[in-house]
Amino acid sequence: MKKNRWMIIFGALSLLFPLMVPSSYYLHLMIIALMWVIIGSSWNLLAGYTGQVSFGHCIFFGVGAYTSGILATKLHISAWWGLLFAGPAAMLVALFVGWVCFRLRGPYFALATLAGGEIIRLIATNWESLTGGMVGILIFQTFKSKLPYYYVVLALACLCIYLIKVIMKSKWGYYFVSIREDQDAAETLGINTLLYKNISLLISAFFTGTAGAFYMNYMAFIDPQVVFSLHYISVMAILVSIVGGVATIWGSAVGAFVMVGIQEMFRSSFFGLAPKWVSQAHALVFGLLVIFVIMFLTNGIVGDWAKIKRYVFRMPR
Amino acid sequence: MPLLEIKNLKKTFGGLVAVNDISLTVEKGEIMGLIGPNGSGKTTTFNCIMNVFPITSGDIIFQGQSIKGAKTYNICRQGIGRTFQIVKPLARLSVLDNVTAAAFCRVNTIKEARSEAERILEFCELDKEKEKLAKSLPIGGRKRLEIARALATKPSLLLLDETAAGLNPSEADAAIELIKNIRNSGISILIIEHIMKVIMTISDRIHVINFGQTITEGTPREVADNQEVIKAYLGDQSC
Repeated sequence: MKKNRWMIIFGALSLLFPLMVPSSYYLHLMIIALMWVIIGSSWNLLAGYTGQVSFGHCIFFGVGAYTSGILATKLHISAWWGLLFAGPAAMLVALFVGWVCFRLRGPYFALATLAGGEIIRLIATNWESLTGGMVGILIFQTFKSKLPYYYVVLALACLCIYLIKVIMKSKWGYYFVSIREDQDAAETLGINTLLYKNISLLISAFFTGTAGAFYMNYMAFIDPQVVFSLHYISVMAILVSIVGGVATIWGSAVGAFVMVGIQEMFRSSFFGLAPKWVSQAHALVFGLLVIFVIMFLTNGIVGDWAKIKRYVFRMPR
Repeated sequence: MPLLEIKNLKKTFGGLVAVNDISLTVEKGEIMGLIGPNGSGKTTTFNCIMNVFPITSGDIIFQGQSIKGAKTYNICRQGIGRTFQIVKPLARLSVLDNVTAAAFCRVNTIKEARSEAERILEFCELDKEKEKLAKSLPIGGRKRLEIARALATKPSLLLLDETAAGLNPSEADAAIELIKNIRNSGISILIIEHIMKVIMTISDRIHVINFGQTITEGTPREVADNQEVIKAYLGDQSC
């Protein structure tokens, strides 16, 4: 019941945020953070819950973004249709990715997905007739104000988290974590592990792809370097979930805000208060943060919240 | 018609012949023991039955149908449950969740799966530990959890792989009781075991193998008196 009260408070705050803080700059940060809530949560479903650590989630993000962009540039319909078609498009690509990569386990699966991300980036760069190549895709922004974008991504993020929560409390959820804990044992319990790994991958790709389509609509410009980026997309998805807490429902949400916040603090040199070179340091800080989390807070902020309370707030055990 | 029939099973790993022409049957309602020195091919036989790897030649017939080459999860669904010699708990899940995951083999809702899991945990005397993480259980509890999980898939045949290994005498007695109760509930059992007290007490028949080949088969009494079996376990009495 206490949890419900917090949900209502946060829900109201998130709905009223743009009205309380009318700054376009902060609204932008919130939108980006909410987008990472979606990508991080969907990565977490595949990696945190099902144990298949993907280093190639940029594949689905980029496919989603380009689906939306290509609908606008080639079919001359609104890029917003991308929100409807990006998910299924990403799922189709995911079917192929799963067919190839699920032959491998653990670190080999991770390497294969990493390679997949690089391969599709090269394809997008070179298939100029479809994607525009390095020039990228530029569309007109539908809305001058950031407000509609904020509410769209907020709705998507809530939907994503809600669906993942429902799935994890079902038979599928049990099967996903069983595969994560011991795939061979899971097989002997009657679990078709290949099928369920693919189901997890498809759901994960669906949401990440939809986030990509949103990105296309919001930023109005994409190119292969950005949306098929190992560093900016694939690795960021992993960091968001590790810091927030893998295998938790809210971990990726918390991680998204923390990482976007840190990223922006450094990019802006602490909002202009620190020397200029600080803006280059965000990658260093990310690295140190991940090392810290792995060593001391393996379950992330959400997973190890009790531990954090003890040490930071000096609460008794 | 026997419940399980292994016909001329052969399994090679490259040049190594792990299982060489083994044939045995398990009748409905019986407890068949499978014994032999370490490395004789017992667990490999289990792995062949479950198609963990493909068999080289021979056939495995369960309830009248060949299950050779069937997917492991389908073999489970058809009615063969299996425990592992080195236990494989779903470590970070609770004891209850371990068995609930298994119960989903036969039911679809969480409510049904959980209640089935609780029933089985009670049967296996693990209900007091149901909220504990599987990795926090001592070896005796983990072995019982292996069995509970396999039972949740409602098997007709249960393959037990050294479920009494590493247990102290009173735990071994409890294991014997549990296995008898399982058989009494209508499940047939093929059991690999080293602890003679366990295997001799509960088996109806025993099949003895060494170096992947059958030495003999018979009742516990017959097997205990067999010279070849004694030689295999204790070596030649040439001193």
